[in-house]
Amino acid sequence: MEPVPSVSLDMELKTEPFVLNMGPQHPSTHGVFRMRVTLDGEVVVGLEPVFGYLHRGIEKLAETRTYTQVIPLTDRLLYLSSMACNHAYVRSVEKLAGIKVPERGEYIRVIIDELMRISSHLMAVGFFLNDLGCSVYTPLLYMYREREKILDMFEMVCGQRLTYNYMRIGGVSNDVPEEFMPILKRFVAEMPHYIDEYEQLLAQNEILLARTKGVGILPRDLAINSSAAGPVLRASGVKWDIRKADPYSVYDRFDFEVPIGEVGDNYDRYRVRIMEMHQSLRILEQAMKQFPAGEANAKVPQFLRPPVGEAYGRVETPQGEMGFYLVSDNSIAPYRMHIRPPALLNLTALRDMVIGWKVADVIATFGSIDIAMGEVDR
Amino acid sequence: MAPINFWVLDNFWAHLALFGIAIIAFVLLMVMVFIWFERRAFGPFQLRRGPNRASPWGALQPVADAIKVLLKEDIVPAVADKWVHFIAPIIGFLPVLLIFAVVPFHRGHGLLPDMNIGILYVVAISALGVVGVFMAGWASGNKYSLLGGMRVIAQMVSYEVPLVLSIISVVLVAGTLSMNGIVAAQEVPYFLLMPLGFIIFLIAAMAEINRGPFDLLEADSEIVAGFHIEYSGMKFAMFYLAEYGHALAMSAIAATLFFGGWKGPGDVYLGILWFLLKIFFIFFLLIWARVTFPRLRVDHLMGFGWKFLFPLALANVFIMAAEVIFWGGADGGVPWWVIFVNFPAAIALIYLWSRLFKFGGGRVDVTA
Repeated sequence: MEPVPSVSLDMELKTEPFVLNMGPQHPSTHGVFRMRVTLDGEVVVGLEPVFGYLHRGIEKLAETRTYTQVIPLTDRLLYLSSMACNHAYVRSVEKLAGIKVPERGEYIRVIIDELMRISSHLMAVGFFLNDLGCSVYTPLLYMYREREKILDMFEMVCGQRLTYNYMRIGGVSNDVPEEFMPILKRFVAEMPHYIDEYEQLLAQNEILLARTKGVGILPRDLAINSSAAGPVLRASGVKWDIRKADPYSVYDRFDFEVPIGEVGDNYDRYRVRIMEMHQSLRILEQAMKQFPAGEANAKVPQFLRPPVGEAYGRVETPQGEMGFYLVSDNSIAPYRMHIRPPALLNLTALRDMVIGWKVADVIATFGSIDIAMGEVDR
Repeated sequence: MAPINFWVLDNFWAHLALFGIAIIAFVLLMVMVFIWFERRAFGPFQLRRGPNRASPWGALQPVADAIKVLLKEDIVPAVADKWVHFIAPIIGFLPVLLIFAVVPFHRGHGLLPDMNIGILYVVAISALGVVGVFMAGWASGNKYSLLGGMRVIAQMVSYEVPLVLSIISVVLVAGTLSMNGIVAAQEVPYFLLMPLGFIIFLIAAMAEINRGPFDLLEADSEIVAGFHIEYSGMKFAMFYLAEYGHALAMSAIAATLFFGGWKGPGDVYLGILWFLLKIFFIFFLLIWARVTFPRLRVDHLMGFGWKFLFPLALANVFIMAAEVIFWGGADGGVPWWVIFVNFPAAIALIYLWSRLFKFGGGRVDVTA
């Protein structure tokens, strides 16, 4: 018998990481975001965000427009929650010029803001589930059903469905029509049922839990150090909400809670958004009860010339703290405008969140941050 | 009742030509019907109507799609491996047609309905489709398509095992490998006799045909379109055909193995109608899963295949084998009352195993 030839088994296959360009043309990058992802097989070993593809120079453009003309520009920041951007801007201008908004105006703003928050969170959750691979958009289409109702209400108050341009310095463009309140009341009454419906559909789904729990953790310290804001920060267990921390408008008159997460994974970010929708409904309920009569707008000159100085006004947009830093030289246009962009700052920790996870988790984690490229690139 | 006899069926060449043409026509037509059916079925699931513009109920929508896709420019990337890129869709689609050679459409009628190794042939041929997909993934010269190709190999190899094991339990009870024989042996449809085997078969089949929550190889939210990212025009349509053809084939096999194929109440000539009805029912289950669940991650997919489906499939084989040995009649087979044993057993096993089962797979320690 011939001896069996010995075969060396310590033959090693050569492997090497490779670079994959995700975006700017990619179905799940929410616009034109680009990630240079270094992959070792399916595992992410490096990630470098590249942005600026949608840069329109909004901050510079603002310097050539009057204070009122800047408002439409702010619509183009977080386009899924543009009224909140309007509010952040007008709040800084009012601070700069010392304008007092009538109570009814403030209440309208709060109602609109909270409706915006619900609509934005619906979209955030819907697109997040889409990124998780509900490949034929089923949950997203369910979320659209409720968003349509909110958009109908917005259309009722300002005639627009996406870029509203509704808030004005010293108030809002028009007072809400008579038929707005009954519709809002009906919406607030039936919305909790729909939110529970999403919960039923998804919260106990094994695949969803396995895909989201413990994935893309943003630790508390890192969340604070990277100056994250909004649901991303709160999911990491930090109780920080501008509505509570620095109450603006009439938020100090409402009784609501700030939901927080425990570990800061994708699941917590998803849960925090769902719970915030419930809290928004609570605020809406109270605001409807307290809704005062009277004038909605303050008297503001057409060409506003704020005194020389600077101001920083901030509000809690659905994505987090958005602030406008304005410098006035007593002309009709801002001397300098700078935006504190919540989505961009939330995005900065993306690399630490996804290193070591799979390609699919990059997309899911990115989706859970809920960005709008209009604001990231400005 | 004797099977229908025409003189053409006794002539080999006439038989080959008749059934060859019939099968190709059947597959192409049914793929169109499937595409239409799926899109219509998606509508109510997603609070919308589905296609309804091209003819009543949008029935001509697949025709419109086909015309559109045929008129598209055929693009071959500069870095692609031209020949492999060209031949991959053909290799992907061919096995789908070949599977139908052994499918009994009607009482004993098909191209080779009584082939004595019918189901073995199906398993062997259906595994060939993966070669075409991987060729496409590799030859496109695109990183996304390569990732899709890598995923499909791992997925197919893993899910072939539970699929074959659940088929083995069918073969054990039926005592034959012939598709026609399996149908004839089903006094009680096997999905009642071995519910566990049916569930495992259905899940593994979903993974095998890359649909539903298992569509990792084309995961549009992650790797854009996966293996067919660089395909356009008719070559893309071939992959599309292959996907739905595979779904059709798997539905047909599931209908044959677990739902009694052409068997059904009524006249013997209704056999083909019963068969189609069962195919549509199983395809509806596939649609339902696809429209509801989020996609699995690649390591979860592996874990689910090897740690959940594989042990359960083994357990199912053992249970069925034991029943055949202890309760089986002289000619093999099991009495109908094992239903009362197998249903509780299936529920208990699935419940217990889902308690014990962990998806596993977490963060990989990367020292960058």
